[in-house]
Amino acid sequence: MAKVLMDGNSVIGEAAIRAGCQCYFGYPITPQNELTEYMANHLSRKKGCAFIQAESELAAINMVFGASLAGVRVMTSSSSPGMSLKQEGISYLASCELPSVIVNMSRGGPGLGTISASQSDYFQATRGGGHGDYRTIVLAPSSGQELADLTHRAFDLADKYRIPVLILGDGILGQMMEPVEFKHEAPAELPVRSNALRGAKGRASRIVRTCTSNTSDMEELNWSLYRRYQLIKEEEITCETFLVEDAEMIVVSFGIAARIARGAIKNARANGLKVGLLQPVTLWPFPSAKVEELANRAKYFLVFEMNMGQMIEDVQLALNGKGETFFYGRPGGVIPTPSEVFRVISRHYYQKGLS
Amino acid sequence: MTKVYSRPKLLKKKIFHYCAGCGHSIIHRLLAEVIEEMNLQERIVGINSAGCSVFAYDYLDIDMAEAAHGRGMAVATGLKRASPETIVFTYQGDGDLAAIGTAETVHTANRGERITTIFVNNAVYGMTGGQMAPTTLLAQLTTTTPYGRDARLEGHPIRVSEMLALLGGVVYIERTAVDSPTNIRKTKKSIRKAFQVQIDGLGFSMVEILAPCPINWKMEPLEAWQWIGKEMTKVFPLGVIKDITGQKDAD
Repeated sequence: MAKVLMDGNSVIGEAAIRAGCQCYFGYPITPQNELTEYMANHLSRKKGCAFIQAESELAAINMVFGASLAGVRVMTSSSSPGMSLKQEGISYLASCELPSVIVNMSRGGPGLGTISASQSDYFQATRGGGHGDYRTIVLAPSSGQELADLTHRAFDLADKYRIPVLILGDGILGQMMEPVEFKHEAPAELPVRSNALRGAKGRASRIVRTCTSNTSDMEELNWSLYRRYQLIKEEEITCETFLVEDAEMIVVSFGIAARIARGAIKNARANGLKVGLLQPVTLWPFPSAKVEELANRAKYFLVFEMNMGQMIEDVQLALNGKGETFFYGRPGGVIPTPSEVFRVISRHYYQKGLS
Repeated sequence: MTKVYSRPKLLKKKIFHYCAGCGHSIIHRLLAEVIEEMNLQERIVGINSAGCSVFAYDYLDIDMAEAAHGRGMAVATGLKRASPETIVFTYQGDGDLAAIGTAETVHTANRGERITTIFVNNAVYGMTGGQMAPTTLLAQLTTTTPYGRDARLEGHPIRVSEMLALLGGVVYIERTAVDSPTNIRKTKKSIRKAFQVQIDGLGFSMVEILAPCPINWKMEPLEAWQWIGKEMTKVFPLGVIKDITGQKDAD
């Protein structure tokens, strides 16, 4: 298919529909409204599909819960303050092992914050966010094309592991227009998951529950989820690298920050600095083994995030003392430029005598 | 001898965990009877509320799922929209439906979702140990209104059914009670009609059932049952609150 020029939010909507997403429930919040509007335009009157502008983020995520019970592919989206409200529902989805795709086009916080791009929801996204002992797969695209590809992957992963999958984007990605190629056609027939709850026809009745007064039942659920999380860690970790083969310093960045870092690294290379990029695509599970492997050559890791330093903890855990980390971050929705990041790279590079 | 009454097949052979004199066990039985009589068991899904009735799935032999506190109607909405052929009902108490889930309740009803709600009103929080509910009567003693509910401090009991009746998407609401054989029969009839409204695809339907909670009311079971007729019905009068089906009772 030919490339089309689209804003990032609409790209997610189109990719979701092509992945067989049948239901969308959302509540407006900037900077992701184009996605809700795209679904209103393309899903609300489509046969067998449903769109609701919910009364709140709480209602939206619980509608997702209901549609996932019915065995269809379902998505919701929001931005940072709205994501906080969705955490209750995400915890229940995780507990009931209900596949679902949840998009966070994040903005600057805490609180109501700015509507500009930020990456300050990393902890919330990768640590569970809601109550209880659970994880969600977190995918971090950095371009329009990755939004399309990772949205498709998100639905596949959600079904494969019966888990909520988060797409962690940001305000720039959502608003920016880029040429994108959609690699899949929407399925003609929409599948219903085999364990759907639609009435006990021809089988015993089913219960989907989280509540139990039996602690050993709860422990068993936690162990079972844990085993699945270990499997995801073995199978699904994804990252991108750029010019790392001879690099003495590695910039670690995700999402739109990685895009900015690429510009800075090209500049550094033009100036003779041996710098490369590691871009985690799955934020959970985190590509710890790759960090460790790179540390065999490069001893210095500059973690660049658009927050006050959140992913740096995962980098440090992965290094386990093997390399030295530096941090550069701009929080609150401030968007740094490639030349600004280049200056930071150069400063650390020369201070460590790497020239 | 002809057998005229027996255990409904959809009521699992388990001993209820409910307290002596509690209304849930009767309402569970009525639901099982209605679902069986209307032959809905192969296409029905129930959404439980938080509270004592969270274990309803242990007794009703149908597909059931649990929702977070107050979110039952949002879950039911998502399920129904994803699978319109499925008959969906929520089973909710007063705290769940009229406090933490007020927004979901109002908007689900207003959208006219094709779902049915069984609203069990016992004027108190049961599972958490007898705290004030939105439906607690004035002067009623609870653990968080130890001096009796005072309108100036705690507001008035919310008449949810009357409030929802104002909304365009609501087709049928009736308030019943399970305090006498007559009222229990009326409750069954009402539940049946509420499901019929959904089957006919008319809009939102709800049955509010006044039910006793002897333990948290600190009464003997019989006294609690009498209190419904003496005190609760003064604030929550029984009868049809709204019916725009334009038909007689479904049965």
